[in-house]
Formats: sequence, C-alpha cells, structure tokens
Amino acid sequence: MCATCGCSGGAVLQLLPAAHQHGHSGDREHVSSHEHSHDPGHEREHGHEHGHGDPGHIHIQVPADNERTVVLQQKVLAKNDELAQRTRHWLRARGVLAVNLMSSPGAGKTTLLERTARELAGKLRLSVIEGDQETALDGERIRAAGAAVVQINTGAGCHLDAAMVAEGLRALDPPSGSIVVIENVGNLVCPALFDLGEEAKVVISAVTEGADKPVKYPNMFRQADLVLVNKTDLLPYVDFDVRSHAADLRRVSPTALMVQLSATTGEGIQAWYDWLRRRTPAPHE
Amino acid sequence: MHELAITEGVVDAVTGRLPGSRITCVRLEIGALSGVVADSVRFCFGLVTEGTDLQGARLEITEPPGRCKCRVCGSEFEPDGPILLCPCGSADISILNGQDLKITSVLVA
Repeated sequence: MCATCGCSGGAVLQLLPAAHQHGHSGDREHVSSHEHSHDPGHEREHGHEHGHGDPGHIHIQVPADNERTVVLQQKVLAKNDELAQRTRHWLRARGVLAVNLMSSPGAGKTTLLERTARELAGKLRLSVIEGDQETALDGERIRAAGAAVVQINTGAGCHLDAAMVAEGLRALDPPSGSIVVIENVGNLVCPALFDLGEEAKVVISAVTEGADKPVKYPNMFRQADLVLVNKTDLLPYVDFDVRSHAADLRRVSPTALMVQLSATTGEGIQAWYDWLRRRTPAPHE
Repeated sequence: MHELAITEGVVDAVTGRLPGSRITCVRLEIGALSGVVADSVRFCFGLVTEGTDLQGARLEITEPPGRCKCRVCGSEFEPDGPILLCPCGSADISILNGQDLKITSVLVA
C-alpha cells in the first residue's frame, strides 16, 4: 500500500519509449527503484528517515481513565506534500518544466498531447506521465506521436499522487531543458488535492461540457494557472457560452489564463505552445 | 472518492507514529475548504480500520469554517460556500484558514 495515501497500492507503471527510439517499441520495462543516484525517489527515501517522520514532538497528556491522549497535529497529506516539494526542487535543479494536466474524462487531454508531441517534435523535448485507472491505450497514442511515455495505471485510485509521479520521473529520466506533462486521471475532483511537484497546473474545459464547470468544481479551477477551452471546432453545434465560462472562471480564479483551442483541428493551439515555450527552462550545460 | 485514500492516509500516519498502540479514538480536523467531505471519511473509516490497530476506534471530526482575505478591499470574511467571493464582489482573495486536513490527536488505550 502506498505510504502516502493508500490508494496507489495497485498502481502499475509501464515505460513506453518514444516511437522513434530504436528497438524497444512497446517493451515493458520494470523499473528498479535503484537506477539513479540523484532521482527524486531516493530523496524521498531519505526524507522518511529524518524529514516528516518527526513533525514536532509527541505530547502525551494523561487523563483520569486509562486512555491517554497523544497530540499529533499532523497533516494527513504531509507525506505527499513533502515528496512533491522534493520533486519540485529536483525538477528545478535539473531544468525541467513539469505540468499537471487535468480535466474530466473525454475533454481532450490525450488528443492535445498527441498533437503537441507531433508538432513540437524537434523544437521542444516533451515526455509524458500518463495516468489512467486501467490500460496503456493512452500511453500508446502518445508514444505513437513521438514522445517518451510512462503509463501509470492507478487501479482503484482516482488520481495520481506524488509517489507515483516521482517513480514515473525516475523511469523517464527527462533531459535538462525539456517538458514533462503529467496527464492526470480524468476527474475534476480528486486530483485537485494532490500536489505532484509540478510547476504549473493546466485544466481543460471542453465546449461539449457545461460552461459552468469552473463554479461547479471550484477547488480544481481555483488552482489552475491556465485553462484550455478545447473543441472550439464544435462551438457552432453546442450550447456553450464562452463568455459565461470566462466569467465563471473569473469568479473562482481571477488570475488564471484562458485559451481557446481545438486539439483536433489545431485552431488556436499556438497560444498553448507559446505558453509552454515561455516556461521551459534553458538546458543546463 | 479520494476520501478513501485520505482515510487510509490517516490510518497509515497514526500506525506509523504509534506502532503497536491500540487506538480508541482519532480526532481529525477537516477544514471547510479542504476539499474533503467529512461524511465520506466517516463512511470509509470503519472499512479502512478493520484489522488495524485502529479497529473499533471512535472518529471525532471538527470542521473549522473557511476564512479569506480580499486582496481588493482588504476585508476578512467567511466564505459562503465553495466559491470564495468577497462581499465587495471581488474574487481576488487569499485563503487564511479552512484548508487544513490534519490529525489533531488520538486516544491510546
């Protein structure tokens, strides 16, 4: 069972190397946790020893009966948050931009990443941590588009957590100056709670969904740095008011940037690429 | 249903801090803005604690209200629901309180 939150116990990780790499297409690699000496997972293990293991001293009060109160004052997500913070430091030190991409199922996360991988090939190095409850179908789509992928199946879990992402990064070993997009499990509720160590959170709202998604799922949209309104090619056929969506987004997050695009036709997608490029660190020598 | 994962996190944290102790009560603080539903945690608690040192333990949850500060007018307010709007109309706010999700204390037999 995952020490962070329990639900990742059934998580299965599968490395799908980029389609253009030689010899390993579709190979399943079982990733050892002892491959690299400076990966985030190892730092996590050290953290267990002396980091969050002692969040303050234990104060024991003795009540009259034979029960005693032990004061813990411990954050339930402390382990996850501390590991995420270590991952963030590791990514920054290496010069890698990590983006946590979230939406409801079917909003177009994988389609967006397929096009992004194809169109940025040779311009920006992109790799993907792909989270789904089951199957490597999405990971295969991304791999076929030319990006290196780690597929994580969460089993019963409804979100990715920091431990899964740390393990995914260890398997991906992303180069300096590159981008890692973490495609979270399709869900607008649970992923909002789990810091993964990303630099930015991106939420997709598709025009085939209700325009009121930001106010229905305020915890998710409040944290978004960028909101992509996807499937704009379908706007003539659906009842989606872009202006009311923008107004609802302002109500929960006055600072989030909103970009309209179609991952299918490519309309408006340059703004997404520009956003990524602006945030991508220069490769270290 | 991240509450299942959250509740398992509670059990792991308590058994990690107090290995081998029989726990008779767990006290949690679930802030109104934490994104966690207290009732769902209550529902999961019995299932998750079965066969652990927390089996049969009582669960006490306090739910402190949210507290926000408006960046526009500077006033502090308690938000009315999950959409954090200042009475002045501004949504540009910072959260001061109510996001915590923590184990405050336990009772050990």
